[in-house]
Amino acid sequence: MATNSPSLPELRNRAAEVLNGKVTLTVALAGQPNVGKSTVFNLLTGLSQHVGNWPGKTVEQKTGTYRHNGTTIHLVDLPGTYSLTANSAEEVIARDYIIQQRPDVVVVLVNAASLERNLYLVAEILPLPTKVVVGLNMVDVAAHEGMNVEPQVLEAALGVPVVPMVASKNRGVHQLVQTVDRLAQGDLPYQPSIPEIRDDHRQVLDEIHRLVADCVPEPYPSDWIALKLLEGDKEITELMREQCLPADRWDQVHEILMAHEDAVLAVASGRYDWVGRMIRAAVTRPRAGQITLTERLDRWATHPLWGLLILAAILGIVFWLTFAIGTPLQEMLDVYVVGTLASVASNGLVAAPAWLQSLVVDGAIGGAGTVITFLPILVIFFAVLALLEDMGYMARAAYVMDRFMHLMGLHGKSFMPLFLGFGCNVPAVMGSRIIDSRRARLLTILLAPLVPCAARMTVIVFITPIFFGRAATFVAWGLIAATLAVLATVGVLINKWVLKGERAAFIMELPLYHRPNLRTIGIQVWQNSTEFLKKAGSLILVMSIVIWALSALPTGDIQTSYLASLGKSLAPLGALMGLNWEMMVALLSSIVAKENSIATLGILFGGAEGGGLEASLAGVLTPAAALAFLVVQMLFIPCVATVAAVRQETKSWGWTAFSVGLLLVLSLAGGIVTYQLVSAL
Amino acid sequence: MEPTTTSKNGVSLSAVPLGEWVQIRTLTGGQQYLSRLASLGFTPGAKLKVIQNYGRGPIIVALRDTRVALGRGEASNILVDRLESATHGH
Repeated sequence: MATNSPSLPELRNRAAEVLNGKVTLTVALAGQPNVGKSTVFNLLTGLSQHVGNWPGKTVEQKTGTYRHNGTTIHLVDLPGTYSLTANSAEEVIARDYIIQQRPDVVVVLVNAASLERNLYLVAEILPLPTKVVVGLNMVDVAAHEGMNVEPQVLEAALGVPVVPMVASKNRGVHQLVQTVDRLAQGDLPYQPSIPEIRDDHRQVLDEIHRLVADCVPEPYPSDWIALKLLEGDKEITELMREQCLPADRWDQVHEILMAHEDAVLAVASGRYDWVGRMIRAAVTRPRAGQITLTERLDRWATHPLWGLLILAAILGIVFWLTFAIGTPLQEMLDVYVVGTLASVASNGLVAAPAWLQSLVVDGAIGGAGTVITFLPILVIFFAVLALLEDMGYMARAAYVMDRFMHLMGLHGKSFMPLFLGFGCNVPAVMGSRIIDSRRARLLTILLAPLVPCAARMTVIVFITPIFFGRAATFVAWGLIAATLAVLATVGVLINKWVLKGERAAFIMELPLYHRPNLRTIGIQVWQNSTEFLKKAGSLILVMSIVIWALSALPTGDIQTSYLASLGKSLAPLGALMGLNWEMMVALLSSIVAKENSIATLGILFGGAEGGGLEASLAGVLTPAAALAFLVVQMLFIPCVATVAAVRQETKSWGWTAFSVGLLLVLSLAGGIVTYQLVSAL
Repeated sequence: MEPTTTSKNGVSLSAVPLGEWVQIRTLTGGQQYLSRLASLGFTPGAKLKVIQNYGRGPIIVALRDTRVALGRGEASNILVDRLESATHGH
């Protein structure tokens, strides 16, 4: 079971505040997806928030503080979940936090425009041992959709405080904090209406409760445990069977549960009956049946043909932005920032030994340069992802692509991250966060390095004309198509053999469209970028220095370096692909950054640039070998930035190694097969 | 072709044409799957409107004040009863 004890400094701060007579509250923010939870969280905590992980989980945890009239509020953002049954890690995290950490108040944010489905989560949280404030967000959207929600009536019906809000316009957020404060101080009445199970299952529930009541471990409420058992909750069932109930008692419980396997629907229906009563009391629909903006937009955006064309247009704009803004910025950063740094360092180190100069200029600044020049494209991609997600369009893109992604055992939601891989694999890997199923996310991360990125295209564009003349374009497109075919095949195979288990069903909410909130998008881009710089950046720097050392030691000349010896020792392997040791070294150097292979070949073939290198390449390689080289280049070990991102997103060295190993095997096999086949022709 | 399950007027959700209101009769699947469906609003007795169904690919329905996309396979496992007119929604 995940515990989430506060860190030592945090405890010290809290102790200091208590001693100073200040009040400290811990408030958890819960809500279903698409209720504007991150907007509220960002409004309250701004850039003071801390992003980490839930202990022992790969789910992102955000915490932050907010001060209000001498009260310090520690705000904990719980993962967005539709319910609190153990269907996913997020749901387990949310309920474990509420039950075990006992926050002073839980704010459940609901979307007034989808109140009926949103109150389901409220129905799940109210029976837990905590105090709840309902934040009734997006009341403006609800009014626009023809719904009139009366907060006071809802408050009276629920028996807990309800605060109407429009978080995107910063309305009601202050009142929310005040209400939380007053409820925590005991200044507000609190008599929640608790949903009950349907009559036909009440007796069964009582029976289970009677059997387990004296065995329920702290801090769980025993009636809640009985209800979760009846719902077939995997985690609670396991807990009670393995650790709490004596065997004979479990057998009795088990027998009852087996006879009522459909009870999960009775429990859920009971909650919706309760929700229905709340809705009938508090919601009127003076303008029901009108055609809303979302409905009108969706006629186009989710149409099998128009939807695809709209998606294609959006993707076209993304590419245009990348090339019109990202690439020039990247070049400017390379010349002005990295170039300046390098020349300043060289000048400062004129007296230093040559190896130190090379270490700083080629190793450290070269590595840091890779990281810095990455930023413009990363920021563009992060911004596009955040914008489309915030507007509600992402779910539509997923919907129209679902048919195609299905073939790989993926859902439509994996499409957008993978697509971003054409620019750069790093945002593809990091973008996989929007996928809610852990399994689909991992599969997407494993497939992302197989998307041919811009850097690899550069290598193709340089090499194909040397060997294939007029057919170069044809060969280049063929290589891209073949790589995508490999991606699809690997997807099918991993899905079938490695990540076995039930494919998560495709059920996805299509949220209402709304105007994007620039603050939310800005904060997300900022967090993703700084996180990449902090975590991936240092790893890239270290890897770059290691590769530099291999190419410079022991003599300072790449021709006689360890990297060259490594390349030479790989010559027998290269021979199977028609490649000499220089080509193998070029491949190895592409691990730092894919476009490096050309620069390395330039150095190895006597520093000849342009025509010189092209002539020497044409001299040492047969077209079959060149094709094999390109195939390996397309499928080879991901660049260090991508490896760093894979490690960061999977939180697992095991899966990172799997990803690297998979691509190594694929690329070498692809190269050998290509060379042998083409030579035999 | 869509298998149109007609047992006592019950029909599978994937066979319901666009624009029609239906009421869920039964849901089939494992406990975890049913609980996921329920959390998104699908329970027996829930009324929903099919807002997109082109005969292949996923469909879109509106229920409990939200719109939900679901795969054709998932939809075909939901048995519904047709409601006569479009006034049944809320």
